Amino acid sequence: MPIEWIWGLVGGALIGCAGAVYLLGNGRIMGASGILGGLVDGTGRDTSAERLAFLAALIGVPALLFMWGTPVETHATTNWLLLVAGGLLVGLGTRIGNGCTSGHGVCGISRLNIRGIVATCIYIGAGVLSVTALRGMF
Amino acid sequence: MRLILALLAGGLFGTGLHLSGMTDTQKVLGFLDLFGAWDPTLMFVMGGAIVPMAIAWALTRGRSPLVGGTFPAKPDAKLDPRLISGAVMFGIGWGLVGLCPGPALASLTYGGPSGLIFFSAMVIGMWLAPRALRLLDRPATAE
Repeated sequence: MPIEWIWGLVGGALIGCAGAVYLLGNGRIMGASGILGGLVDGTGRDTSAERLAFLAALIGVPALLFMWGTPVETHATTNWLLLVAGGLLVGLGTRIGNGCTSGHGVCGISRLNIRGIVATCIYIGAGVLSVTALRGMF
Repeated sequence: MRLILALLAGGLFGTGLHLSGMTDTQKVLGFLDLFGAWDPTLMFVMGGAIVPMAIAWALTRGRSPLVGGTFPAKPDAKLDPRLISGAVMFGIGWGLVGLCPGPALASLTYGGPSGLIFFSAMVIGMWLAPRALRLLDRPATAE
């Protein structure tokens, strides 16, 4: 089994534990788009402190890991048109569809929630189409 | 207490995303490249995450959250056009760059200008979403 898959399982288990802490501790679903989006559009104003704490650690801890050594490269495209279009679609889509990979994917599927399972199948399918179409173009 | 638990969850989430390689857009795009050089890593990440999360859901039965209150109710199985169109838009955007909200946040400090441009556009999209929905709703409520 390639080492990347093992790191995937280990990292995934940590992500699941993070969701478990947020659920069992604070009674909330750990969805990155929901936690950030609620701050952006003001719907999460009364829980803004815990949202900010979550985001600070989500940004800060990988920054420390990066500084202390685990070499990672995001390999993101430098095509600004793709970055702007991709960012806008991800922002709009996750808020309109009420979730992203963490909320619908991790938290929804683990609860056997039909909405989460269907959303995950759809966004993976749309992502496959998008990647396949782009590969044909460039 | 709420804040400490939120910090702990955010830190674990960030560590998991970082170690699993999900902040590397090539790994994510590789997973979506089903008809090319398919990279299944993301599947292992999902699988690894779903197990502890399923245990957590099982533990919610008959209990309440540590800080009090109630656990989120299971939503209706209803599939509305909002869920489907949102997921389609999200998936297309995800495939264009290989970043979704979690990894975009986790890699914000080391993702360079690309990461910052994507993040800014994503925040604008999140700000626009309720406004776009209100525009769509207007003809229906005017009837």
